[in-house]
Amino acid sequence: MYVYDEYDQQLLNERVAQFKGQMERYLAGKIADDEFLPLRLQNGIYVQRYAPMLRVAVPYGQMNSAQMRALARVAREYDKGYAHFSTRQNVQFNWPKLEQCPQILADLAEVQMHAVQTSGNCIRNTTTDEYAGVIAEETVDPRPYCEIIRQWSTFHPEFAFLPRKFKIAVNAVPGADRAAIQVHDIGVNIIRNAEGQIGYRILVGGGLGRTPIVGEEIRSFLPEEDLLTYLDAVIRVYNQFGRRDNKYKARIKILVKALGVERMAELVEAEWERIKNGDSKLTAAELERVKKHFTDPAYKTLSDEPAELTSARAENAAFARWLQRNVRAHKQAGYAIVTLTLKQKGTPPGDVTAEQMDQIAMLADKYSFGEIRSTHQQNLVLADVEQSELFALWQEAKALGLATPTLGLLTDMICCPGGDFCALANAKSIPVAEAIQLRFDDLDYLHDLGEIDLNISGCMNACGHHHVGNIGVLGVDKKGEEFYQISLGGNAGEDTSLGKILGPSFARDQMPDIIAKILDFYVAKRSEGETFLETYRRIGHDPFKEAIYGPAH
Amino acid sequence: MAQLIKQGQLVSNDEWHLIEDDAIIADYGIISLKRWQENAAALLPLAQAGKIGLLLNSDETADLIGDDCRQFVLIAVNFPKFSDGRGYSTARLLRERHGFKGELRSVGDVLIDQLFFMNRCGFNSFALRDDQDLNDALAAFATFTVCYQNDVNDQRPLFRRR
Ligand code: HEM
Ligand code: SF4
Repeated sequence: MYVYDEYDQQLLNERVAQFKGQMERYLAGKIADDEFLPLRLQNGIYVQRYAPMLRVAVPYGQMNSAQMRALARVAREYDKGYAHFSTRQNVQFNWPKLEQCPQILADLAEVQMHAVQTSGNCIRNTTTDEYAGVIAEETVDPRPYCEIIRQWSTFHPEFAFLPRKFKIAVNAVPGADRAAIQVHDIGVNIIRNAEGQIGYRILVGGGLGRTPIVGEEIRSFLPEEDLLTYLDAVIRVYNQFGRRDNKYKARIKILVKALGVERMAELVEAEWERIKNGDSKLTAAELERVKKHFTDPAYKTLSDEPAELTSARAENAAFARWLQRNVRAHKQAGYAIVTLTLKQKGTPPGDVTAEQMDQIAMLADKYSFGEIRSTHQQNLVLADVEQSELFALWQEAKALGLATPTLGLLTDMICCPGGDFCALANAKSIPVAEAIQLRFDDLDYLHDLGEIDLNISGCMNACGHHHVGNIGVLGVDKKGEEFYQISLGGNAGEDTSLGKILGPSFARDQMPDIIAKILDFYVAKRSEGETFLETYRRIGHDPFKEAIYGPAH
Repeated sequence: MAQLIKQGQLVSNDEWHLIEDDAIIADYGIISLKRWQENAAALLPLAQAGKIGLLLNSDETADLIGDDCRQFVLIAVNFPKFSDGRGYSTARLLRERHGFKGELRSVGDVLIDQLFFMNRCGFNSFALRDDQDLNDALAAFATFTVCYQNDVNDQRPLFRRR
């Protein structure tokens, strides 16, 4: 994991001091509300329905146990004892007091955490694969590149007031994509070219929100050392030409659509040509320096499938099921990757209590070199667990409610805060998630259904990624009442697709029944081994529509 | 009258002022890009003599004036609203691409918390909005002592210095 040197720490300390000063000036009436807005946003503070909300950055999802404990302390001392992991690998606190935010940020800075640029019209936290560095399939570990992007984007002097927010995601796995790079402003796909050199395939203009668009390729291969100059070129073009007259048309995706990706590419190339050999070109020494922070931990020499694992699996069906769902193969023999699911029945997806956070930190120290990752699916990962300790870990995680064996299944939902917290919501989303969790709590049934992404957003801003859920649920407002529109066929993986709306929306209490009908129809139509998405893609949209609304007249 | 900061100090005897397109050109007048483009040949001697400056609005990119920027001793870049960040790119491009060496002034909705960024992008004078506290403004230039990226004042990003 990246460890700050004196430069990084100095910069962060100066940021804490800056925001403390800004807050003082604001409270003294020297900064108007609308002028304080971007300052607090760039420090992660939204003002929401009931209270301000603080979004703390977890750069590309990496944390250590000390940081997790610090987050637990914040939850306990400044909030109501819990926190929320978001789909962009960050952590949100729903109830801090505005005046206390500078102190919270000072506390977090002591463990090298911050809320820099977690909100506002600037470059946001870069996200990546939660399995980075521990799976055999990846081309290279994407984390050093994410850290290089993090440093470059932090307080970039030219890009603090972009037309709109800007999100970059990085993926380095051929044939898979857990970072959803196709729905980001810039998607960076780390690849090797025919000569074996590392470089990047760059996508631009993806995004969800009101106008969901799948990103398009703007460069098929960018050499490794050119990453930052190229990003500078893309964002400089966007900063100059992106629309500023209408915030719903201000994302880069709208510019790319208006110009066409070929014209956009011409502008970017022309800009890049003029800066690519400047001093921002990465050096071998810098790549080396950052990569050194992400070397393997001190793995023992072990072999796969130790006897104690085999016997525990044979003797305990529940453990076997958890292994099957929530544990994944590791690149290192004798180790495994464990996902702790934050999808306990009765709690909103992504929520954890301060006690659970302390316990997770303890589990990380005990079983996984003290490191934890957050995921786009709102879960947590212990990435380096010895296989012989899986049973012990499972027992502890289970007692904490963190071992629901449903990773990737129906109830492993993504859900935004919705009307319970968010001022923009058309409808609540958490109660829908809870109703679905309660209705579908039979593990045999869930496992039989297989992998399904169900994503819920409380409005068309799409924080819950409903467009890319195999089943997407969107809260809509019908004459002041909360209704829910369903779409089918979305997918956020390597073959990203946007869901298609099924038909008229439903009231909240109808939702579990409607979801059940959709699932029953899938089960009736699937052929052997087919996932929900595969069946949907094979038989098409209309049969599902008919199953729910009856035959068209 | 906006408060002007130059070289870390308040300047009170500044004579530069904006001139509307239909007004008569006076010394130390700052003219629009349109006026310059329509009349460049006639205005060139005044620019070269340091008698007129140029205003770029936020939707006027640096490339529209290009290397001709060097004919001026002063260019003002307008921020119609502090949240309109186009002027940062304009400033960098004037300095880094078109070789502008004169006074680069931010005008309009210029607030304390933008000064640090503006300075890094190549502005060296700042017409602060009236209501801004001058002492807080002067302190803002020292907000950070470390920057990751390169900028107009130092072409080396931190990774070439650390
Ligand atoms: C409750 C406070 C929140 C507010 C007011 C809020 C607001 C918004 C808005 C306005 C957008 C649309 C931006 C656009 O399309 O230009 C958006 C998008 C998004 N938000 Fe949130 N959000 C909130 C919480 C969250 C949370 C908790 C998460 C994570 C679970 C999240 C993740 C996202 C994502 C992933 C997008 C899609 C970005 C895209 O369009 O590319 N947001 N949010
Ligand atoms: S999708 Fe809408 S309701 Fe949900 S958090 Fe985002 S803005 Fe709020």
